[in-house]
Amino acid sequence: MLQYIIKRLLSTIPVLIGISLLLFFMLRMLPGDPAQVLAGQMATPEEVENIRNQLGLNEPIHVQYGKFLTRLVQFDLGRSARTQSPVTGEVWARLPNTMLLAVVAITLACVFGIPAGIISAVRPYTWMDYLVTSAALFGISMPVFWLGLMLVVIFSVVLHWLPAGGTGTWQHVILPSVTLASFVVAFIARMTRSTMIEVLSQDYTTTARSKGLKERVVIIKHALKNALIPIITVVGLQFGLLLGGAVLTETVFAWPGIGRLIVDSILARDYPMIQGTILIFGLLYILVNLVVDLIYAYVDPRIHYD
Amino acid sequence: MTETAGIIRKPASQLRRNWAKLRRNKAALVGGFILLGYIFTALFAPLLFSGNPSAPNLIMSLEGPSAQHPLGTDELGRSILGRIIWGSRVSLMIAIGVVAVGLFVGVPFGLISGYYGGKADFGIQRVTDMMLAFPGFLLALGLVAVLGVGIKNTVVSIGISMVPIYIRLVRGCVLTVREQVYVEAARAVGTRDFKIILKHILPNVMVPITVQTSLGMGNAILFAAGLGFLGIGVQPPTPEWGAMLGSGRAYLFNAPHVATFPGIAIFLSVLSFNLLGDGLRDALDPRFKL
Repeated sequence: MLQYIIKRLLSTIPVLIGISLLLFFMLRMLPGDPAQVLAGQMATPEEVENIRNQLGLNEPIHVQYGKFLTRLVQFDLGRSARTQSPVTGEVWARLPNTMLLAVVAITLACVFGIPAGIISAVRPYTWMDYLVTSAALFGISMPVFWLGLMLVVIFSVVLHWLPAGGTGTWQHVILPSVTLASFVVAFIARMTRSTMIEVLSQDYTTTARSKGLKERVVIIKHALKNALIPIITVVGLQFGLLLGGAVLTETVFAWPGIGRLIVDSILARDYPMIQGTILIFGLLYILVNLVVDLIYAYVDPRIHYD
Repeated sequence: MTETAGIIRKPASQLRRNWAKLRRNKAALVGGFILLGYIFTALFAPLLFSGNPSAPNLIMSLEGPSAQHPLGTDELGRSILGRIIWGSRVSLMIAIGVVAVGLFVGVPFGLISGYYGGKADFGIQRVTDMMLAFPGFLLALGLVAVLGVGIKNTVVSIGISMVPIYIRLVRGCVLTVREQVYVEAARAVGTRDFKIILKHILPNVMVPITVQTSLGMGNAILFAAGLGFLGIGVQPPTPEWGAMLGSGRAYLFNAPHVATFPGIAIFLSVLSFNLLGDGLRDALDPRFKL
């Protein structure tokens, strides 16, 4: 297992290099002087020159990349062109807010999506199945930001039950996390349904039934356990979707997370901050995929990582 | 004898059989009808709403639905219905552009990667890995940050974010098809690689490409509306559904209709592509069913 973890960690290196290349060339693809872009429009010539020396912009491109990597490994992404505060500090400060939303949303999505998919698979082509599959299709087609706005209209403007935005209390978490979860629950329900239908037609399920086991035991102990691998995979993959959705949801609810930070940075052309937010999103995505891979081994003992 | 000859019918073409299968799928038909309505609106926008959808009329600002303006007006007094009708052109244009970028870049690279294997495959797949390290919407966001806002850059950014999906899909299919006997036979008689790819491989990977194109159009509309909503996609005064929603956000408390109707338009158009895409997958190749 330890060997597998090491191997799996090593396999993330090419992706990390990819992210670093993307961030490196991002600034160099922009029209104009990267030092000026990084320093911002209000910077003095001395500050621009300082950044130019720091980045080694007069040196060959591979030396520049080497320096960039060294700073990246130290999580040194410079200062925000907008607020002049260190990028890493600001990104870390916002991370818990985004993580809170993501974790609550993914939990909600699993709690509703998996049972909905199971019900749909156990009673295929009945009204319950059609209800779940239609709802899932609606969920996939619905713009998350629109759903968020409509929830605000209903629960904040009309009913006055929940706050329309901001943070502070647990009530503030409800609307953004439900909005974000709606985005993912549909995928989880669809995947659970199709996997369960396949598993329920397998010989071992028929054997379990013919032994006289209760239907509940057959579904949970025999079928669901075997359907978990693709479900976990889809939950892991949806985390990426969730991060994309977080950008929109945080904007709708004025939620002070990384998603909102990335939009504000793009609008202000604050490139050091854009680099920082993209880096953190990339790292999060890699980390979640790594954790998902490790969960496989725990869930399915047939998997050997040799 | 002549009677027997009359009974023997020409076998139905593949296209006709697929069409018959698709027609039996009610959900796909519903999707098809909504899509036809959407395309009709986009094509005949000038006939359906003759005025200038971007011309402000501040006296009529934030009016609710009425006989004159069935869906009400926005903060600048512009007809929301008119802007939705003209917005259908913008979103359809973006969706077609995005899928075209995905197809023209992704499919050739997928074909090369899958058919030749070796170093070309390795190189293309590592670049694909790097692109897939970012969730699609975030990749599009990053590209917009570099390229800037506007319709053209929205299309390019979202299109590039979809390229790795096409590469992976086509490569996977080619790996199966290239082992088929007819490909081997073509190679044995000395057919050139380019001709084999074009005549034997490509037609056999068209089914998943068609399905992905339909689903991809829906995603493209969602992504473009998302960027427009954030203010970094299509810029005002161009009528774009996402941007309309974004500006309507400020008036949720006193004029919720401003944000409501463009959202319904986005939802219906995306739903139509998803219904059709699911139907096409079921009808053309059940192996690709989720």
